[in-house]
Amino acid sequence: MSLSRREFIGIGSAAVAGMALSPGLRLVDLAQARSPDEAVTSLKRWGLLVDINKCNDCNACVTACHEENGVVGHDRPATDAQWIRKVTLKDKQTGYVQTLPVMCQHCEEPPCVDVCPTGASFKRADGIVLVDKHICIGCRYCMMACPYKARSFVHEDTTDQKPHAPRGKGTVESCTLCVHRVDAGKVPACVEACNKDGNKAMVFGDLKDRNSDISKHLASGSSTQLRPDLNLNTGVRYRGI
Amino acid sequence: MAHAHFNTMEGRGFGFYILLAILGGFILAGGLAALYMEHNGHWVTGMSNQIVWGTPHVFAVFLIVAASGALNVASIASVFGRQLYKPLARLSGLLAIALLTGGLIVLVLDLGRPDRLIEAMTYYNFKSIFAWNIFLYIGFFAVVAVYLWMMMERRMNDYTKPAGIFAFLWRLTLTTGTGSIFGFLVARDAYDTAVIAPMFIIMSFAYGLAIFMIVLLAAMRWTERELGNVVFERLRSLLGVFVAAVLYFVTIYHLTNLYITQRHGIEGFILLHGGVYTKMFWIGQIFLGSVVPLIILFSRLGKSRAMVVLASLLIVLGGLAQMYVTIIGGQAYPMPLVTGKEASSSFFDGVVASYVPSLPEAILGIGGIALALAMVVVALKILPFLPNSLSDADADPHFKATPAKSETAAA
Repeated sequence: MSLSRREFIGIGSAAVAGMALSPGLRLVDLAQARSPDEAVTSLKRWGLLVDINKCNDCNACVTACHEENGVVGHDRPATDAQWIRKVTLKDKQTGYVQTLPVMCQHCEEPPCVDVCPTGASFKRADGIVLVDKHICIGCRYCMMACPYKARSFVHEDTTDQKPHAPRGKGTVESCTLCVHRVDAGKVPACVEACNKDGNKAMVFGDLKDRNSDISKHLASGSSTQLRPDLNLNTGVRYRGI
Repeated sequence: MAHAHFNTMEGRGFGFYILLAILGGFILAGGLAALYMEHNGHWVTGMSNQIVWGTPHVFAVFLIVAASGALNVASIASVFGRQLYKPLARLSGLLAIALLTGGLIVLVLDLGRPDRLIEAMTYYNFKSIFAWNIFLYIGFFAVVAVYLWMMMERRMNDYTKPAGIFAFLWRLTLTTGTGSIFGFLVARDAYDTAVIAPMFIIMSFAYGLAIFMIVLLAAMRWTERELGNVVFERLRSLLGVFVAAVLYFVTIYHLTNLYITQRHGIEGFILLHGGVYTKMFWIGQIFLGSVVPLIILFSRLGKSRAMVVLASLLIVLGGLAQMYVTIIGGQAYPMPLVTGKEASSSFFDGVVASYVPSLPEAILGIGGIALALAMVVVALKILPFLPNSLSDADADPHFKATPAKSETAAA
C-alpha cells in the first residue's frame, strides 16, 4: 500500500494531535481522583506488605481486626469465623520456625470471584475483594476455591454487629482490608495495631503509587506472595518467608 | 417389534399407598432436617469452615450425576436407534427428571440462604461454573420434558430422534459442568484436573443405569408386568461395562496424581493413611461398589435378578462412597500454604480436617432420594410411562420374523 502525500499529512497530523492530547487526558483522569463520595477507581490498588522477620508471637493484628469488625466467636473453633489468623510455619528440612498473619490476600485474579455464581464475591476497582452480603446465597463455593482459607461461613446467629461490617448467618465473609477505614483515609485496623502495639511489621498503601511507602519498601527488597505458583498476583505480600 | 404399549399403573392397592407413605415419611423428615439446620445455622451440622461441603453435597451431586445417567437408556433408543430400548425410554426420561429434582432440592436446602434462591436466578456471574449449571439444570428439565412429550404424543413421534439427540448432548454438557465444579478448582490438590469431567460422565452412566435397573425391576414386578430375559440381559451387561469404565477412569485419575510429586500427599492420604476416607475408597468405592458388582454382573450370579438388584444397590452405595471420598476427602486434606513448610494455626491450617456427618445432613440427603422415588411412583400412576410388557416376544425385534417389524425398522 502506498500513501499519497495528502493522506500521509492527514494521518500524521492526527497521530501528533493524539500524542499531544493524551497526556492532557491522563491529567484529567488524575485530577478526577476520588473524593470520599465518589466511586472507587482502578487508579489505586491497595496492598499490604508483611515483614515476617519482624513478626513474632504477638497477636495484636488479629485482636484488632476482630474487635474492629465485630467478629465474635462462640467458642466453637471449627465453625467460628476468623478474618485474620496467625500461622506458624516450620521448615520441613531445617526446623526453622516463623509466624505470619494470613488474611484475604486480595488477589488481582481472585478464584473466589471467578466461582461465585451470583457475583456476590467481587473485586472493587481498587483491588479490595469483598462479599456483597445482599446477594450471597451461602453456597460456599468461594471457600472451596480460595487457596488461602481466608473465608469463613457464618454458622450461627450474630449479635452486636458493627454498622460498617454487617455479618449475616448463612453468608460468607472475610477480611475487607477494613474498606470502611481505607475509604476514610485511614489504614486497616491490623496495620494500625501492628504499628502501635506490635512489631511494626506491616505496611499498607497504594501499590500503583510509586512514591507510597509500600511501593518503596517493595522496590527496595525481596518479597513474595503466598502460593505464587497460582499466579494470582495478590495484594498482600510477605518479606522473609 | 410392534409398537410398544404403555399404560399407567393401577395404584389402588395397599402396597402402593404403603410405598407412598414410607417415601412421604422420608420426605417429611428431610424437610424437617433442613428446617432445623436452617433455623439453628450450620454449626449444628458436621460441616465447618474446614469442610464446607458435607453429606448433603454427597447426596446432591450423586443424584445430579445419576439423573443425567438415567437418561442414557432413552438416548440409546433415540440417538443410537436401538429398538430394544425404545419401550424403556419413557421411564428413563422420567427418572432423569425425578433424580435431578431430588438432587437440586437437597443442594438448595443446604444453602446458607435458600430463601435467596431468586438471587441465583437473577444475578449471574458467567465465569462461574455454578452459574452455568443453573442454566444447564433448568434447561435439562425443559429439554427432557419436551423429549418425553415427543415420545408420548403420537403426533409428535417423528421428532423423537432430534429431541433425543439434543437431550443427549445437553446431558453430556450438564455432567461436564457438574464435574468441572471440582475440575476447575485450582486451590486443592484433589481437584484441579480435567479428567474429573469425563470421569463424572462415565460415573453417571453407571449410577444412572444402576438406579434405572432397580426402579425398572421393582416397577415391572410390583405392577405384575413381564420383563423378559432379552431386555434384562442386555441391561445387565451394559451396566457391567459402565462399572468397568468407571474403574478405568478412577485408575487414570490416581495414576496421574501419583506421577505428579506435588500430589503424593493427597494420594497417600486417600489411598493409604486417610483413615475413614481410605476405608471408604478401598472398601466402599472399589470393593463393594465396583469389584463385587463386576463379579456379579459378569458371572453366572448375574442370571439371578435378585443378585443384579443387589449389584445395582452396591453400585449406588459405591457411588455415594466415591462422592464422599471426592467431596469430603478432597477438602479434609490440608491445602499447602508455603511449599516446603508445615503450617499450623488456630484455624486448622496444615492438619487433616475432621468431619463427622450429622443426622440431619444424612436425613436431608435421604429425603432427596425419597422425593425422586416418590415422583416416579406418582408419575407412573398418572401417565403411561411403563410398557405393558417387556417379554422377549414384545421387546426383541428379532424375536418375531413377521411383517409387523417393517413399521419400526426405518429408525
